[in-house]
Amino acid sequence: MKSKKIRDNYITYAVVILAYIIFQILASTGHLSSHMKGLLVPMTYYAVIAVALNLCVGILGELSIGHCGFMCIGAFTSAFFSKVTEESIPQAPRFILAFIIGIAFAALFGFLIGIPVLRLKGDYLAIVTLAFGEIIKNIINAFYIGVDSNGIHFSMKNSMELGMDPEGEVIVNGAMGITGTPHDANFTIGIIVLLLTLIVVQNLVNSRDGRAIMAIRDNYIAAEATGINVTRYKMMAFTISAAIAGAAGVLFSHNITTLTASSQYFGYNASIMILVYVVLGGIGNIRGSVIAACILYMLPELLRGLNTYRMLIYSIVLIVMMIVNWSPKVIDYRKKLVAGFKKG
Amino acid sequence: MALLDVNNLSVSFGGLRAVDDFSITIEKGELYGLIGPNGAGKTTVFNLLTGVYKPNEGVIKLDGEDITRKSTIEINHSGIARTFQNIRLFKQMSVIDNVKVGLSETFKYSALEGILHIGKYKSVEKKMDDEAMKLLKVFDLDKERDVLASNLPYGKQRKLEIARAMATSPKLLLLDEPAAGMNPNETAELMETIALVRREFDMTILLIEHDMKLVSGICEKLTVLNFGRVLKQGETKQVLADKEVIAAYLGQD
Repeated sequence: MKSKKIRDNYITYAVVILAYIIFQILASTGHLSSHMKGLLVPMTYYAVIAVALNLCVGILGELSIGHCGFMCIGAFTSAFFSKVTEESIPQAPRFILAFIIGIAFAALFGFLIGIPVLRLKGDYLAIVTLAFGEIIKNIINAFYIGVDSNGIHFSMKNSMELGMDPEGEVIVNGAMGITGTPHDANFTIGIIVLLLTLIVVQNLVNSRDGRAIMAIRDNYIAAEATGINVTRYKMMAFTISAAIAGAAGVLFSHNITTLTASSQYFGYNASIMILVYVVLGGIGNIRGSVIAACILYMLPELLRGLNTYRMLIYSIVLIVMMIVNWSPKVIDYRKKLVAGFKKG
Repeated sequence: MALLDVNNLSVSFGGLRAVDDFSITIEKGELYGLIGPNGAGKTTVFNLLTGVYKPNEGVIKLDGEDITRKSTIEINHSGIARTFQNIRLFKQMSVIDNVKVGLSETFKYSALEGILHIGKYKSVEKKMDDEAMKLLKVFDLDKERDVLASNLPYGKQRKLEIARAMATSPKLLLLDEPAAGMNPNETAELMETIALVRREFDMTILLIEHDMKLVSGICEKLTVLNFGRVLKQGETKQVLADKEVIAAYLGQD
């Protein structure tokens, strides 16, 4: 049965690779409109952050609705780095460094925010993560950072306050964000990041640390009595989750011309949308998160032609997915169906 | 030297002195029973021994080491494992994974090795699997290794909880009402399991129990608690024949 778990993991990787091949074939044979092609990278980073959130909600069992804040940190720190070093470092190493920086900063903030947040439980924890998500977004909106020959200038008032040389360049311009981040991300890189994310999370679940994390989720009193360091493992899971959300942010910022810390992308609505992916895909079900994120991200876009009925159909799909994934009777029926297939 | 040496332990919650001047000495290999009416403070004693509550007064020594002010986690690492009155398993995890959580202090590899499945990961996981299966065999749970803990029948859930506690390789095992909610058949099986644990692991056990058949059947020594105070302490037969104990707890025929 150990092999069943491993087989399950490989199925997940196979699904992702298969989806990648199908989309590549569709694109190369000209069956994808340019609009659709533009959706492929966002689809990958939403899948990545859905997996990150599932690690927090499904594996650790703590409801976070501020994960877009970590994505925001990853996006801004990496975009800042790429913009500053655009001329001095070639593309490939620069993008790898951008990932390292985005992930490191998101992990750092995940760790720092985790210290107070993980002392709370349930609803309270959710509300505080929501608050931190909003705080991150709003603080970044007030940042003005410029670079000139004297180094980096920082202000929280406006770009004039930076006091730079005339040839200096404003990198982060308050609510206008970062403009002109190099367009380094593409679908292939997105898929690679998603695969690496899946490997990290699924391997973690099948390791000593992952079991400790799930033990805390199931019963933290028993976990403590069994010698599990609850605080340590909670911090570990939350930090890894934030780090992965940061990686999604790096993809995000390197796929968009103007990066702003707007509510549309980093507000609580966005966080809740990702939570919807996780819940519909199945809490604790990593593969489900990926599939749900892809379907639910693509669906409203695919339905654009239907215009008025778009959101109606979207909500019906949400309800149907909820029933299929969570209703005990339907789950029984699905199991029977699968067993039937295996026999026949 | 005694394995567990508790002296003058007291704890108050507000005005209530839940445990008052509690002392107990348990020698290695003994099976010791803690009995008393509801609300006498039996589970509170367990929570004091495992660091869930901190005592106001008193000293707890395990194998000569002072563990009075240690945390629950440290006390487990020092060698006390326990089960709970209301079963507390890791319900959404498989039977073997429940045991492997208990083994994770003994068998170690770094977090990075765990995330990337490199280095010692494979060999250590193999050792853990073997060790966990050995334990499950002892408790006759090896056939259920991949069943979710919540799907086990009640008696087996109790057994699994004991197996998980044993996986942390304790010196002293605390069982909090292991026979609660069991029918006579299950209780008989449990008595066998406890006897088995003593035989196989040479384990010292302190147990709380209301089932007098079980207590008189397997415990060598008893401590009777009443209103947080020790009422009587000694050999099982003498204690159970004591007039005060009968009046306070067992009731007259």
